[in-house]
Amino acid sequence: MPDSIPVDSVGLVSPQFIHIDTPLSLESGRMLMQYDLVYETYGELNTQASNAVLICHALSGDHHAAGYHSLEDKRAGWWDNLIGPGKAIDTNLFFVVSLNNLGGCQGSTGPTSINPDTQKPYGPDFPIITVVDWVNSQAVLADKLGIRQWAAIVGGSLGGMQAIQWAISLPDRIRHALIIAAASKLSAQNIAFNEVARTAIKGDPDFHDGHYAEHNTAPRKGLGLARMIGHITYLSDEAMGKKFGRDLRHDSLNYDYDVEFQVESYLRYQSEIFAEHFDANTYLLMTKALDYFDPAKNFNDNLAQTLAEIKAKCLVISFTTDWRFSPERSHEIVNALLTANKSVTYAEIEATQGHDAFLLPITRYHQIVGTYMKRIASEEES
Amino acid sequence: MKKLRTDLQIIYDWIPNGVRVLDLGCGDGNLLTSLQRRDVTGYGLEIDNSQIANCIESKVNVIQADLDLGLPQFSNQSFDFVILSQTLQAVKRPDFLLDEIIRVGKQAIIGFPNFGHWQCRKQLVFGGKMPVSKTLPDYWFNNSNIHLCTIKDFEKLAADKHVTIIKRSILNHSHKDSLGIKLAPNLLGEIALYQIKKSAV
Repeated sequence: MPDSIPVDSVGLVSPQFIHIDTPLSLESGRMLMQYDLVYETYGELNTQASNAVLICHALSGDHHAAGYHSLEDKRAGWWDNLIGPGKAIDTNLFFVVSLNNLGGCQGSTGPTSINPDTQKPYGPDFPIITVVDWVNSQAVLADKLGIRQWAAIVGGSLGGMQAIQWAISLPDRIRHALIIAAASKLSAQNIAFNEVARTAIKGDPDFHDGHYAEHNTAPRKGLGLARMIGHITYLSDEAMGKKFGRDLRHDSLNYDYDVEFQVESYLRYQSEIFAEHFDANTYLLMTKALDYFDPAKNFNDNLAQTLAEIKAKCLVISFTTDWRFSPERSHEIVNALLTANKSVTYAEIEATQGHDAFLLPITRYHQIVGTYMKRIASEEES
Repeated sequence: MKKLRTDLQIIYDWIPNGVRVLDLGCGDGNLLTSLQRRDVTGYGLEIDNSQIANCIESKVNVIQADLDLGLPQFSNQSFDFVILSQTLQAVKRPDFLLDEIIRVGKQAIIGFPNFGHWQCRKQLVFGGKMPVSKTLPDYWFNNSNIHLCTIKDFEKLAADKHVTIIKRSILNHSHKDSLGIKLAPNLLGEIALYQIKKSAV
């Protein structure tokens, strides 16, 4: 709990719900007849509705990007260091919208929601949602909020993929894309990591082919293991070394198979917490959305051609020690944008923290985002 | 609008309206910002962390990149002009970068400090020391100039590479031209600027 709400915080916020009755046709060919979206907003929409910024979350993120839900909250929203009055995404200038994506487990319709046809949780029968589907559902939300065109769409990792897809799918509705620690498609190694995660979840005896809710259980061990492997890939060797080294929990080695090193203890603790509050089917769905993302597949694998019709100006950012979404993946995006003769700025941030860096308050990173956002605000005025 | 450094002002004057340029080592983006007023479009490449935010502020499309890796992200003849000012002497392989510049640009403008200037020669011959001057203000151990060259050296390299020199401008450290410089450029010129293109084969 914060002793008091910091002055550069958006303060206390309440999630809002919207029910959509218009069916959404999905990339898979299936339909979602109706759905709910949960979202939060920070700052004020101006009269021209021209200062709206959409935040897209990554694999395990949600709508609660900034501020506090109550004074009892232990932590602020997941991107609170970036979003707030006077921060890089300045809520004095922008109206910021952050939603939980479809297929999520934090309030928007997903595998844990009740299927109106069966009156039981969807579970594994919830359709697989792709990045394209997310963009379409986010566009419905934008319509409901009276936002015809976003000043910017900002996302890291899987969130950055959504920003790219917006620019491709709805070029007239996005002025700037901030594509952070992202990729235009996953590499084989990346898909492999996701497959290990899925195998861990599906191999848990409590998985019950995804129908675990009906058995009043959950594959916590499997989900925890999936998170553990993910977590390792989000950090760098250097960051883990700095944080834990070979520190032991006790003074000496026990010569048994219990937790002995601090890093083991940390991973176990983090994964247990995660498995308590996250849904395994959602985790499976999110990893598939990552694997499937490949906008260039419809353009003979030519990314420059894929981006030929975009109108958004792009800021691409990568982090030097990120090996899950390495700077090379960002170079591919930048090079395609250059070939397509688009407006693009690229910054490679020196950071020791690996992929996680995009969530951390790294001075130069925030300075780049803040300067870029100010430039957007000044275009707004002119 | 910030005033341009004099060598950049000359480059500014040499660039026609409305062309597409690539500015290698664009610094704070001042040249590109000025050129934007004349409908010149394009990108800046810069390696220095601290300059990227300055470029963003100036609304310059800047790509953080290392020139020692060449220009693989750009296709042949994709820019009307490639600009390289005061950076040629700081790259690992100036010959390779020159190849890349004339591959990517239909024309190029290259500027560098002339190591053949008489003061450099004097300091080396009589002082027995690596020169320090207004154009080359740092010592041998703390400057980034690893491939200093003279006007003669550059023109020899250009000839070897089948590069045509369209025009050149040789200046002293206050970026002024003079009769003396015209008569003995390699001795009296401190800064050399060239507009070049690949010779028709």
